[in-house]
This record gives sequence, structure tokens and C-alpha cells, in this order.
Amino acid sequence: MGRRKIKDVHSQSKEGCQMKNINIDVHHLTRVEGHGNIVVNIKEGTIERCEWQIPEAPRFFEAMIKGRHYSEIQRIVSRICGICAVGHTLASLKATENALGVTISEQSTILRRILKHAENFDSHILHIYFLVAPDLLGVKSVFPLVETHKDVVKIALRLKRLGHEWGSILAGRTTHPTKCIPGGWSMIPTEKELKQLKQKIIDSVSDVEETLKVLISVAPNIPDFTRKTEYIGLIDDYEYGLYDGMIGSLTPDGNINKYNVSDYRSITNEWVSPLSTAKYTKHFMDSYMVGALARININYDRLHSKAKETAEAIGFKTLCFNPYMNSIAQFIECVHSAYITIGYIDQLLNIGVNTEEKPTKPTKFGRGFGSTEVPRGILFHEYEYDEEGFCKGGNCVIPTNQNHANIQKDFEKIVPELIKADKNEDQIELTLSMLVRAYDPCISCSAHYLDVVFKK
Amino acid sequence: MAKLKCAWFDFTCCEGCQVELTNYGEPFLTLMEFIEPVEFREIMTEKTTEKIDIAFIEGSFSRESDRKRLEEIRSRANIVIAYGSCAVTGGINALKNHQNMNDYKEIVYGKDKDMPHLDSQLAKPISAAIKVDFEIPGCPIDKDEFLRIVSQVIHGSTPTLPKYPVCVECKLRETVCRYDEGDYCLGVIAKAGCNSPCPAHGIPCEACRGFCDEPNQEALVELLKERGPYGKRWAEEKSRMFTANLRKDAK
Repeated sequence: MGRRKIKDVHSQSKEGCQMKNINIDVHHLTRVEGHGNIVVNIKEGTIERCEWQIPEAPRFFEAMIKGRHYSEIQRIVSRICGICAVGHTLASLKATENALGVTISEQSTILRRILKHAENFDSHILHIYFLVAPDLLGVKSVFPLVETHKDVVKIALRLKRLGHEWGSILAGRTTHPTKCIPGGWSMIPTEKELKQLKQKIIDSVSDVEETLKVLISVAPNIPDFTRKTEYIGLIDDYEYGLYDGMIGSLTPDGNINKYNVSDYRSITNEWVSPLSTAKYTKHFMDSYMVGALARININYDRLHSKAKETAEAIGFKTLCFNPYMNSIAQFIECVHSAYITIGYIDQLLNIGVNTEEKPTKPTKFGRGFGSTEVPRGILFHEYEYDEEGFCKGGNCVIPTNQNHANIQKDFEKIVPELIKADKNEDQIELTLSMLVRAYDPCISCSAHYLDVVFKK
Repeated sequence: MAKLKCAWFDFTCCEGCQVELTNYGEPFLTLMEFIEPVEFREIMTEKTTEKIDIAFIEGSFSRESDRKRLEEIRSRANIVIAYGSCAVTGGINALKNHQNMNDYKEIVYGKDKDMPHLDSQLAKPISAAIKVDFEIPGCPIDKDEFLRIVSQVIHGSTPTLPKYPVCVECKLRETVCRYDEGDYCLGVIAKAGCNSPCPAHGIPCEACRGFCDEPNQEALVELLKERGPYGKRWAEEKSRMFTANLRKDAK
């Protein structure tokens, strides 16, 4: 594993600029979820190969859900991804409920919205502190920071635990949640539990503020790179697009188009690349980006005022075309999720929590669509059920799949720029690794997608 | 006591069990006083080719091409611990094992199904490829059980797992039986040790930790037919979800 062969041979061309031979072969990139490779071959200054490859073992979830009862589906597909388990559960439930003619209660919806914010916070903290921060602090992992930046590591561990507890109070646990079921919830949290959660979030404000200081201090180490691309994310009339809404497309000219979730295939246009066990997607342009940066570019106006203050403090402005800023966008979302959740808890406490609420029953069996934003971007699930409630087929399009082509296009723009700036092999490798990490890819997700065959 | 050099490796899985390890909060730093992580791809760039004291392996063995890597890990690890259901029993990945491979490859990848990088075979536990010293079951693992077992290994005692079914833990917690709620449950044949969170949260046990000792599989099917809500076909297929490799019809 690891870097198998590294050569860095410089030779001078007739024009005097350096004509490099560079071979980068990062096998199983570290500090990302799942398995991806970076391969760059440059011969005498000419790029021969520049590839982002996905070798993750395929898992064939569609074969697993076929013939299973609707009550089991969200529990099976949750296992597509250990980090986005909540998001897969919620997208799956929305698709199943759509297929079953089920509308859940207002209370159940608010609880799911809080859960979605919990996952976003939890996953973003993991990404920012454990996967991205080591690059910005010039170390190889979080472990050396235990000695050099112990207070920062403690903040990271406390905030990660907060994200986990936030989700667990609602869903039983965050990795493969238990209490989320078709029609609503198997158990509703008590008012006492919700008050405790609110207090935990309030108590974490100082840790969040410290995180902002850390990010401001390392922000100059974020590479300055831009490439205009299309952004796709949910647009919700109710709040910042995360749990629900219509599909939004933002093009570099600032135009926004909206589409129904049931039309998601006209957005994703999947195709199989020989580089990848995961499929690629494209819409208006050759590629598009999903995730926190896409969401913020599309929905900035709907952010909580505290999140906007955070954006201003870091100097983040929309439209932002620098993919490395995705990690900053994630932190801004963390602030949003914390404050919005406090608002939702107050709303529930004002209405009064009904812990006796039972899940809504199916009214029909057919085909349904569901979409939610997971930390890495927009996620689509689709299922069809027979008249007894057994699954006939399904499809799932994962955010990381939608980003693969965009990462490849970024590679194709940034590598010539790095050569022109006379960066050496190690610098190019680090810059490309950081680029992939900025997208927070969830590769085991992306190679575990389901695909559809609806047998009539 | 010198810190034990520990390395984490993942195969076919969702990596959720390693995410569980990030949820300890500050007590995680106490664990770090006893172990030294030397390789952990998801959170470390550092790697090693040296001998390691404990190798933690997550995920199923689902590609013949992974065998060599597993053997290499075994050859330099003093102790191998398989953690998470995928590694211990094949887990949810084995739910596809009874289906024809060409069929599901075609379902997923269509006309591209024969591309060589899409190779996959039956999902098996890690013990199908190499010797495993200890197992920590669960989907996901229970992070407290993980600590207990690792602590026992660090201190030289032999970790054991309960032999009795999850039903015992529901009784101890005074959780109302799922069957009495008109639901179904696999707790009757499932290996305990998780403290039965699922029935306590109002959902069935799906036997994610595998079977208890001497599970009566025929009686389970009869029970599901008689008292389960979804009919005969479902009753017979039900236990594939996490225990496909433990069933009598396992491939």
C-alpha cells in the first residue's frame, strides 16, 4: 500500500523552463472514507495521465433489497455508509413513504430535521478536525496533535461526541440509527431529553468559537484555486436546503433552475467510467459539484444569522468557486445547524411533545422518490414495492458519485497550473490529496450504490 | 508497560465501526495511553511495514484479490481482531450471496457488468481467509464492548462473548417483547452482548451479531410464520439479513 514509486527528475528545456518527469501514484489515499487512487504521469512537461480512480469493492445493495419488506429497507441501506447512515436512512424513508402514500406528522418532520442537522454537524466535525486539519497544521494525522495541540484535540473529541449524542438522543444511535421507521418514529424523545440536548448545544458554544479561531489561523494555508462549475443542491422553502426541498442547479452565471425530486435522473445522467466502480454524473456542464460549498452557494440567504457572521469572520463570500473552501463551508453549516436546532427544540417544546405518537400506516404500494442532503451533498433514493409491500427494485445516487467527475475536471485544470508554478512532485501530490479530501469523499458509499431494474 | 502498536485495516464495509471509535469523547485519550496507532488509513497518512501487536480488521472478505493483503497483515500481526459484523460473519454483505452473481452484476452495472474492476465474489468473514484470534461482533460494534475486549487483550486475559440469546438481555432490561407488540424479532436466536438496544428502541432485533450458541433455526422460521406479520415467504428469508453465512443454506 502507499506510494509505490516516486521519482522526481528535473531537466532543463531549451526555453529554460523546467521540463519535468513526474510520477505520482497514491494507492488508497489516506484520510478519506473509502478507497481512491491518484495517478499522475508527466513526461518532459507533458501530462500523459492525470486520474482520480475509484477501486472500492462493489457491494451490490440492489441485490440485497430485492424481495425485502418495506419495513426493513432503511435498515439495510443505512449500511451503505457508516458516516452518512442517518442520511441514507432518511432518504430511504422519504422514498418508501412516497411509494406507500404516507405523510408523516409535523412533529415527526421537525424531529427528522433536527436529526439531519445532527448528522451534518457530526460528520463535518469529523472531516474538519480528523481529515483536513492535519494538512493545514502540517502533520500527517490527528495523533501527533495529541502532543502538540492537546487543547485542540480535546475540542475535536468533545464536539465529535456532541454530534454523536445529538443524533443518538433522537435516533438511538448515529451509525445505523434504530428509531427511524417508515411513517415516523418508533420512539419520540421526551421533553426532558430535548431540553438536555439544547443545553449540550449551548454548552458547546465556546468550543465552536475556538474552532473558528483555529480555522482563521490556518485559512492562509488553504490553496488558492478556482474553477467555475455547476452546483447542485436542495432548495427548501422552509429553511436552508438540507432535509427537504426541490433540486436546485446553480450555474456560474448565477442562474438557478429548480426540478422535482422525481426528475432526478435528468440531473444525474449517470455513466460508467473505466476508472471507477462508482458511476459518474453530468448535467448542464461536463461535471457538477455537490456538498456544503454547493449548498452555501445556492442557499446563502437562508443561513442563520450566526452562520453568516461566521462566514464574514473567515472571509467566505459567495459565489465561491474554490473547492478547497468546502471545508470552510462545512464549518459555517455546523454553526447554522447548532442554532437552527435550538430553534426547532424551542418550537417542539412550545407545541408540547407527544411521546405517544404512532407511525402513519401505508395507504398504497407503488414507486416513490426521496432526496435529502447528506454531509457530502445531495442524495437520491427510489424504490418500487409490490402489493404486499416487498421491494421490487431500487436506485440510489450518492453525492460522492456526483463529485467524482468534478474532482477529475479539477485535476485537469490544477495540474498544469502546479507545473507552471514549478511545484515539485511532493507538493503536487499533497495539493491533489488535499483537493480530494476537501470534497470529503465517501467512497464506500459511492461504490455501493444501487441501480434500478424495475421488472414489470 | 510499552504501548501496543495497533493498526486498523478495512475491506468490504461501510467503515461505520471505525466511526464509532471517534465517539468516545475525551476518554479516547485514556485509551491512547495504552496503544500507539501506527496505521489507520481513514484518519492517518502514516503507514508501517513493521511488526504490529494488534491488527484490527473491519469489513468482509469479498474479493479473491484481497487474500494476499490479508495474509500480509496476518504475517506481521501478533494478534488479529476482526471487528464489526462484516468482518465477523460477512454481515449484511452476505445478504446477496444466495443470488446469482451474474444477475446482480447486470442489475447494477448493465452492459458494463464484465469490466474487470467490478469483480466480486461471495461475501465471507475475514476468518475465511486468515486465522482470526478474537472477534467483536455487531453492526455497528458497541464501542463499550470494543473497549472491554481490547482492554482484556492488553492485560493478557482472554475475551469471551455471551453464548445466550438477546432475549435474555431484554428480560433483564424489562423490555416488552416485540412479539407482544405485534412485531417480529430475531432476538431468540441472536448472540447477546449488545444489551439489546433495538427492542428497547421499539424495533426488532435483526441478529446483527450473529447467532447464539446452538440456535434453533427451524423453530425461528416456525415462530415467524406463526406470530410474525409478513407471511411464509418472508419468514423463510428473514434471517438472511445479517446471518446469511450462518444459515444452514449458506453458500
